[in-house]
Amino acid sequence: MTDMPIDTAPRPDTSRSLWATAMLRLKRNKAAMASIVVLIVLAIAGAFGPLVAPHSYSEVYPEFVKVRPSLQPYPQAEQVIPAAESALRRARVDLGGIEVEDGKVRIPVSSDSRDLDPRISRYLDRSDVFSNAELTIDAADPKKGMMEASVQELYFIMGTDANGRDLFSRILISLRISLMIGALATAVALVIGVAYGATAGFVGGRIDNVMMRFVDVMYSLPFVFFVILLVVFFGRNLVLMFLAVGAVEWLDMARITRGQTLSLRRREFVQAAEAMGVSSGSIIKRHIIPNTAGTVIIYMTLLIPKVILLESFLSFLGLGVQEPLTSLGVLISEGAKNMRNAPFMLFYPAATMTVLLFALNFLGDGLRDALDPKDR
Amino acid sequence: MTREPVLEIDDIRVTFDTPDGAVEAVRGVSMRVGQGETVAVVGESGSGKSQVMMSAMGLLASNGQATGSVRYRGQEILNLPTDKLNKIRGAKITMIFQEPMTSLDPLYTIEDQLCEPLMIHGGKSRGKASARVLELLKLVQIPEPERKMKAYPYELSGGQRQRVMIAMALANDPDLLIADEPTTALDVTIQAEILHLLADLQKRLGMSILFITHDLGIVEAFADRVYVMRHGKLEEEGETAQIFNAPVTEYTRMLLDAEPSGTKAAPAQDAQVMLEGHGVKVTFGQPAGFLRKDTQFTAVRGIDVALRQEQTIGIVGESGSGKSTLGRALLQLLPAEGRVVYLGHEIGGLDRKGMRPYRDGLQMVFQDPYGSLSPRMTVSEIITEGLLVHEPGLSSKERAKRAAQALEDVGLEPSMRNRFPHEFSGGQRQRIAIARAVVLRPKVIVLDEPTSALDRSVQKQVIELLRRLQKEHALSYLFISHDLAVVRALSDYVMVMKDGAVVEEGQTEQVFDNPRASYTHELMRAAFDLRGILREKLA
Repeated sequence: MTDMPIDTAPRPDTSRSLWATAMLRLKRNKAAMASIVVLIVLAIAGAFGPLVAPHSYSEVYPEFVKVRPSLQPYPQAEQVIPAAESALRRARVDLGGIEVEDGKVRIPVSSDSRDLDPRISRYLDRSDVFSNAELTIDAADPKKGMMEASVQELYFIMGTDANGRDLFSRILISLRISLMIGALATAVALVIGVAYGATAGFVGGRIDNVMMRFVDVMYSLPFVFFVILLVVFFGRNLVLMFLAVGAVEWLDMARITRGQTLSLRRREFVQAAEAMGVSSGSIIKRHIIPNTAGTVIIYMTLLIPKVILLESFLSFLGLGVQEPLTSLGVLISEGAKNMRNAPFMLFYPAATMTVLLFALNFLGDGLRDALDPKDR
Repeated sequence: MTREPVLEIDDIRVTFDTPDGAVEAVRGVSMRVGQGETVAVVGESGSGKSQVMMSAMGLLASNGQATGSVRYRGQEILNLPTDKLNKIRGAKITMIFQEPMTSLDPLYTIEDQLCEPLMIHGGKSRGKASARVLELLKLVQIPEPERKMKAYPYELSGGQRQRVMIAMALANDPDLLIADEPTTALDVTIQAEILHLLADLQKRLGMSILFITHDLGIVEAFADRVYVMRHGKLEEEGETAQIFNAPVTEYTRMLLDAEPSGTKAAPAQDAQVMLEGHGVKVTFGQPAGFLRKDTQFTAVRGIDVALRQEQTIGIVGESGSGKSTLGRALLQLLPAEGRVVYLGHEIGGLDRKGMRPYRDGLQMVFQDPYGSLSPRMTVSEIITEGLLVHEPGLSSKERAKRAAQALEDVGLEPSMRNRFPHEFSGGQRQRIAIARAVVLRPKVIVLDEPTSALDRSVQKQVIELLRRLQKEHALSYLFISHDLAVVRALSDYVMVMKDGAVVEEGQTEQVFDNPRASYTHELMRAAFDLRGILREKLA
């Protein structure tokens, strides 16, 4: 049952537009408000996260392939000693007890046959694990010395992928790509769909018929085939391709807007504008489009997740984003391949995607309730 | 009054939880309805009269809450759980609503809809329920009941639908029928028939009727006792005759006086003819063609009309008579045949562009003050929209000035111009719609039922406003209405329409006092002598 509108005279102090009333109603919807916060956080993470993340999304660490997520720095203590041993194997020296503390490693080295060559510190430097290696040769006995090197501490809080790239950085960049694609394709769909639908619905008659039959023809076009054609024509240009996806997704938007327009057309305020001699273009601009806005916004919040999922599907087929760039869909499909030995590779991208889609859907639902004309 | 009470309502309060805090819609109202009694609840919109009944029947909106006591034959029913309430609601107490168009589900036949409560509440088998439905339809005097049983709601007229609703309400032999404005959406002659049916049924079945309405004419003809409500409180109660003859409170007196009054003198014989139509004919639909049935329907069948300066022509008729279509056709808002001449210019058949130069002189005010103002524009934007078209040279400052002036003209504060339409009441909205028309300094205004959606007291103010504007700006009105009282007060010439043709026309007094056509006569009686009709029919 809907809320009861109370007929009250306007209060002298406040003036409240329908948008303001809708916002007021939205604010009472906790799920929607939480979703807005989540979306803002995700958007900021996508926009600025890759700039401040400790790793570049494309940097490969061959030593750390598919390491588990951990709050401890890599390499972990038990990995440092084998790493040092393997690095110094070619130096052909004897190693004493290796100590690791405070990001420093101390290795007593000695040789039976000859004096120590200070250049053997390079063997350590060559490894990704160590840096600033220095050899202090014992003044008394040049066959003995102490090697010191700082251990490079790398944090992989969400682990690394099959190529040894930091998963957290990759999720950040994939958020940026996915959100950008969602916004871009939706904006294109919005502009084309609303203009097309409002025109068809308002003009009506034969023109409406022709315009909507064209939409029907577009619907019957196989989508994947269409995308492959686009890739052939434009090459693998991400932006262009998603402009094109938007150019396909506008069909629903056009139908929805047309339906709204048909009912708005019969409203008296549109007739009143006609009786004043307002031109068709101005009526569409001033009366039709603002009044379809509620429905359109709701549909838009539901279109964004649809486009993001679509992109995942295309990337899964290999038609979408190309390495080293990535998107949530790509990450999930890689995670699915490594599900058995590295489940976290599936879990983190999938969780991010889930949160994003939940937030968008909750917000869409909240907006639908807030803008529902019946509730006014 | 010693009749056994069927329904007792004690100190009921209804509060709605809105974004602006709690709003008390009903503040402590007590009523009782006796066995076989007809009780009317009168009040203007927003007085809370419907909310009292809604809360009693457990039909409050989700944000509403009711406290107090409602007893049906001594049993407390307020805020009862739904399953218990349903034993009484729909069986012993039934309701009929204002909108017969929307109260019936369009996907089911009349038989299906009527059988449902019988099978659920009455526990009847389908066959028995069907037989009872036929009996009920005969009881509410629907013509051809056997055929109408199989019909879908859209195949019935408004009056017939309301009869079906009454049949549905009667299905389980109720003790009390609550009728919430059951005739407001109907034409006057149909209204008289429905009221007669209700009175007749009450006499035969001995049930009580609680009648909610804003129309005092009905109350006087129909009710035994009256409760007058205002701002969620009882203003006055008593026997019908006593309330009508000796009202105690100021408010009741005001309501009784709100009947539109006054007459309009005819303009000079030689006054300039502003708008003229010859043989105006409007046809909807398409002629038969390949694989297509003939859907043509003639809504207006060749009407001649001549509107002089400062004249008001009232066009009356029932719904579907083509009166609104005629008004729109004259303004070229609909494609029409025939000649239309405005100030010597032939405007018939002009397209949008061709009409634009004349639009500022020919304005229109619509019926629904809630639907005719764009909800997303401020009042100032709404009023000045026409100026953008017709006087594009004006600066925004000059436009604002004109808007302020127009608002003042219609009796609204110019400071309200940055508000949105939904913040205004129905009467204020209609003033805004009038301001939108007069800001263009028109010569002719077509008023399409401008007062029908308004309360009587507000109606009166709008009528006075229209009168004043006519005098100040030498306006000519084409006043379309089904409300004969308003037409009588405002117009000097009347055209009575039926089925797209003019049945009778002439000076107002002549048509109202000495109607020649039998249809006009019937219309006048249904509007002005309801009591007489009811008495005559029941006798």
